[in-house]
Amino acid sequence: MYFCIPNNVLELMSQKILLSAKEIDIILNRLACQLIENHTDFSETVLIGIQPRGIYLAERLCYILQNNYEINDIQLGQLDITFYRDDFRRREIPIEANKTTIDFIVENKNVVFIDDVLYSGRSIRAALTAIQSFGRPLEIELLVLIDRRFSRHLPIQPTYLGRQVDVINEEKVLVQWKEKDGVDAVYIQNK
Amino acid sequence: MNQLSVQHLLGIKHLNASDIDLIFKTADHFKEVINRPIKKVPSLRDITIANLFFENSTRTKLSFELAEKRLSADVINFSASGSSVSKGETLIDTANNILSMKVDLIVMRHPHVGACDFLSKNVDARIINAGDGTHEHPTQALLDSYSIREKLGQVKGKNVVIVGDILHSRVALSNIYALQLQGANVKVCGPKSLIPKYIESLGVQVESNLKKALEWCDVANMLRVQNERMDINYFPSTREYTQLFGVNKDLLDSLSEKIVIMHPGPINRGVEITSDVADSDQSIILNQVENGVAVRMAVIYLLAQQIER
Repeated sequence: MYFCIPNNVLELMSQKILLSAKEIDIILNRLACQLIENHTDFSETVLIGIQPRGIYLAERLCYILQNNYEINDIQLGQLDITFYRDDFRRREIPIEANKTTIDFIVENKNVVFIDDVLYSGRSIRAALTAIQSFGRPLEIELLVLIDRRFSRHLPIQPTYLGRQVDVINEEKVLVQWKEKDGVDAVYIQNK
Repeated sequence: MNQLSVQHLLGIKHLNASDIDLIFKTADHFKEVINRPIKKVPSLRDITIANLFFENSTRTKLSFELAEKRLSADVINFSASGSSVSKGETLIDTANNILSMKVDLIVMRHPHVGACDFLSKNVDARIINAGDGTHEHPTQALLDSYSIREKLGQVKGKNVVIVGDILHSRVALSNIYALQLQGANVKVCGPKSLIPKYIESLGVQVESNLKKALEWCDVANMLRVQNERMDINYFPSTREYTQLFGVNKDLLDSLSEKIVIMHPGPINRGVEITSDVADSDQSIILNQVENGVAVRMAVIYLLAQQIER
């Protein structure tokens, strides 16, 4: 006997939830506390969300630091790495650039890069080059929500991480944010 | 869309509205880049660009070269004077000899109409037209529209008058195409002898009274009288031209609304505009020059993106 499975059901079948909204909330609070632990005085620290998806995590952490821990002097920026990527002219569909908003100099500051998923490490490599256009930071740290272990192409590791996962190359980790997608969740999908 | 619909930038005529939109969005990012403490990105580090200038240029040549260097491309420069062109070498031979040195993209200015189009059909490289005779100067038109968009928010619905030597101006033709593509209304104003005969077939109105044209417009783009392209006298004297088609501060102040003054350069101060107009807060002439680098970076970046490895 044959029967058809609708596409949307198929999609649901090939997608499993990794983190719920509640779990994300707990992790974000922990990450905020870890940042405070290492950066007591945020006057010398700048948070940089990596475009396009790291900016939501950066804004969320900034909100928690300001509202739950009354740290009001946080400098928050958004960095686009499109022009620094190492796959220019190697992609079938070119990547569109996003906005960079860094209204301060990072000279001698402690920079914290913030991104949603750490995969090959190539985005962070590009970000390390891109940030040099704004000065020479004293130190650069990396905060990610999801660390895809064993999939690195470069020797780059996070300083702060939300959850470490083992995902095969054929699978994709999708982080959704309330502000952008209507819900906070992390999924693992088949590509 | 995040790719241009064309492989070469030969003229605005070949572009569509979404190409212009993409160029402007990309230029926005590059404008931010060129205002950073370090104004350079590594995107084009494996691209070589040849600037072939068969005609004099200061601004355009410098602007292209700076844009190429800001993108980390390797740049070679060529100017017709002191080259083998004066020994009788053809355009294709010159270009092919340069391409043998593994050049990916050519930026060319040439005194003959259609030279870039001809080259694009005969050599294996991406071509950017930096001005071909009296035909087109697409990057100038793009940076002009980009500057209007920056100053007034958008180009659509704006009234733009192009004043001066329309007949010999490649800036005028490219501007007409670009402005109309973006939904602006265009008028031209100048001596009858310097207005092309069939200009109205492009959907452009002709206004012979400068004051009326300026009252109508939001933006006035003042062009230089191109004496070097004139084989006969098109008007009795420069003094008369200035009296009828030159903008001075008194004329500007007499208008009911504040208009924006543009000029593609080089300015003949005291002829098409006086110094106090060129240097006034209504003039965006120097913004045009700054935007020229960002817009040319965007064009080069988007064309280079299509070059196969």
